[in-house]
Amino acid sequence: MSYNDLRHFADSWGLLAMALLFLTLIAWPFRPSARARNDEAANMIFKDDEHG
Amino acid sequence: MDGLVTRAGGWLGLTLLALVMAALAVDAPFTVHMIIVALACFAMLWATVTRADYGALARGILKMPAEQGVYDDDPIRWGVVATLFWGIAGMAAGLYIALQLAFPALNLNLEYTTFGRLRPLHTSAVIFAFGGNALIATSFYVVQRTCRARLAFPKLARFVFWGYQLFIVLAATGYLMGVTEAKEYAEPEWYVDLWLTVVWVAYLAVFVGTIVKRREPHIYVANWFYLSFIVTIAMLHIVNNLSMPASIFGSKSYAAFAGVQDALTQWWYGHNAVGFFLTAGFLAMMYYFVPKQAERPVYSYRLSIIHFWSLIFLYIWAGPHHLHYTALPDWAQTLGMVFSVILWMPSWGGMINGLMTLNGAWDKIRTDPIIRMMVMALAFYGMSTFEGPMMSIKWVNSMSHYTDWTIGHVHSGALGWNGMITFACVYYLVPRLWGRPRLYSLRMVNWHFWLATVGIVFYAASMWVAGIMQGLMWREYGADGYLVYSFAESVAAMHPMYLIRAAGGAMYLAGFLIMIANVWATLSGKVRAEKPMTETPYNAAADRPLAPVPAE
Repeated sequence: MSYNDLRHFADSWGLLAMALLFLTLIAWPFRPSARARNDEAANMIFKDDEHG
Repeated sequence: MDGLVTRAGGWLGLTLLALVMAALAVDAPFTVHMIIVALACFAMLWATVTRADYGALARGILKMPAEQGVYDDDPIRWGVVATLFWGIAGMAAGLYIALQLAFPALNLNLEYTTFGRLRPLHTSAVIFAFGGNALIATSFYVVQRTCRARLAFPKLARFVFWGYQLFIVLAATGYLMGVTEAKEYAEPEWYVDLWLTVVWVAYLAVFVGTIVKRREPHIYVANWFYLSFIVTIAMLHIVNNLSMPASIFGSKSYAAFAGVQDALTQWWYGHNAVGFFLTAGFLAMMYYFVPKQAERPVYSYRLSIIHFWSLIFLYIWAGPHHLHYTALPDWAQTLGMVFSVILWMPSWGGMINGLMTLNGAWDKIRTDPIIRMMVMALAFYGMSTFEGPMMSIKWVNSMSHYTDWTIGHVHSGALGWNGMITFACVYYLVPRLWGRPRLYSLRMVNWHFWLATVGIVFYAASMWVAGIMQGLMWREYGADGYLVYSFAESVAAMHPMYLIRAAGGAMYLAGFLIMIANVWATLSGKVRAEKPMTETPYNAAADRPLAPVPAE
């Protein structure tokens, strides 16, 4: 694979794949069922507080 | 006992090997470094023999597990002390070179104390020694608490701590002797780089091992940031330091890349060292310690995840903005600029997330100087992540690049964001790690806060003026097309700004010395009798019902 092929891949399918992966990862915590999990995760650091 | 003999013999062998390397060295700095390595191995031999853990040997024979009921905090305590120790060295070196710029005679006419050698000593000491020890210590603290599990591979964790200190000593002494790869923030030579790679892989193993044995289903977001910091730094470090030593008994190597490829690799490394060492790592501290100190969960957990993925996906492209108007292709420069500007958004999202964690508890800024430090750190995170994208715009960069504005920008991030959040975390950790009821003095934390804040203001403001003045003087053309100012004239014009900058640095260092005194007293178990930071306003005389008054 030449530099040119790599470059064309990078600014077409590569770019598209990265963008879709990014958007999926961003959208993931916004799915409706995630609300409770997010709250739980945010409060997890206070569970049985180790230093009282 | 056999194990003890084997280990002692191994350390002795390594000591001798290092001495052989020292004898075969082709240059003097390599000899010095191998003698340092030999001394380190000998110290390990000494510790192995004299401080052998005979209890552990007995436990090994009886197959008793080590104490699993408490967190493994020894390496964290050492890390906190090392953070403070290297902090003094790094900040004092910074103040000294700031004064050198104002008074060049301070280079003492010695090669070892010239600006060119002390400057990497300062940058590496504050970033890698002060910041790095703080990151390692807090990551070990946070990963245990959020995974509710003891540190994996306790011996490896101790190796990470001591190995990292050896890396720092080799790097720092190398700079003084003129050993450098001449790559900014990646100056150490090939053998020191190899050693750091070994230590870093061990660090990754301890961190991931602890996550793997976690007792919590979810991996808290701070650990995501720490993990991205560890993995990315490993990748950057290895690629940017690919080089071929001139001799395996010498301290000189040649980089694998040349010309603009080398420059781009260097700034891909350099900017992501800022992005993943000084940003992601310290954000991990922010995402654990700010909610803990505020006693409130992070404002939005979802925003913290957006913050994380945006930094991961965007930061890695921003490096070319260090190479505007160079031999780098124009499209690559523009790409770097565009991604730098886009980065502004997730950075401010993260800042807002940290600040809004205090929503409903803003009074703590008045009553809790540690929270105040955290808020100031986040404010400076916001300021420098606005200033950075702005300076990455080519039109701004054409004036700001190579001027002291860049230095001011770096320090508003380093002193304001990294320094302040580290101080706050150390203040949080010290009473907890050493089992003290509270810090020796909260009033001294307050003094530290104000000295540091005013110091940064002096520093950043003087460098803005200096940088813009330099940039304008350098590009000033007269009517007949000649440059109006010589370079030396722009240097002379900087003198007052350099003095103000040194004064700001001195205030910052003074605040840090107050911190050292405070931590020292806390460790000795003292508690200062002092007026509390806040008092409950209460007027007993007014706090009663209105008595009925008979009509007249």
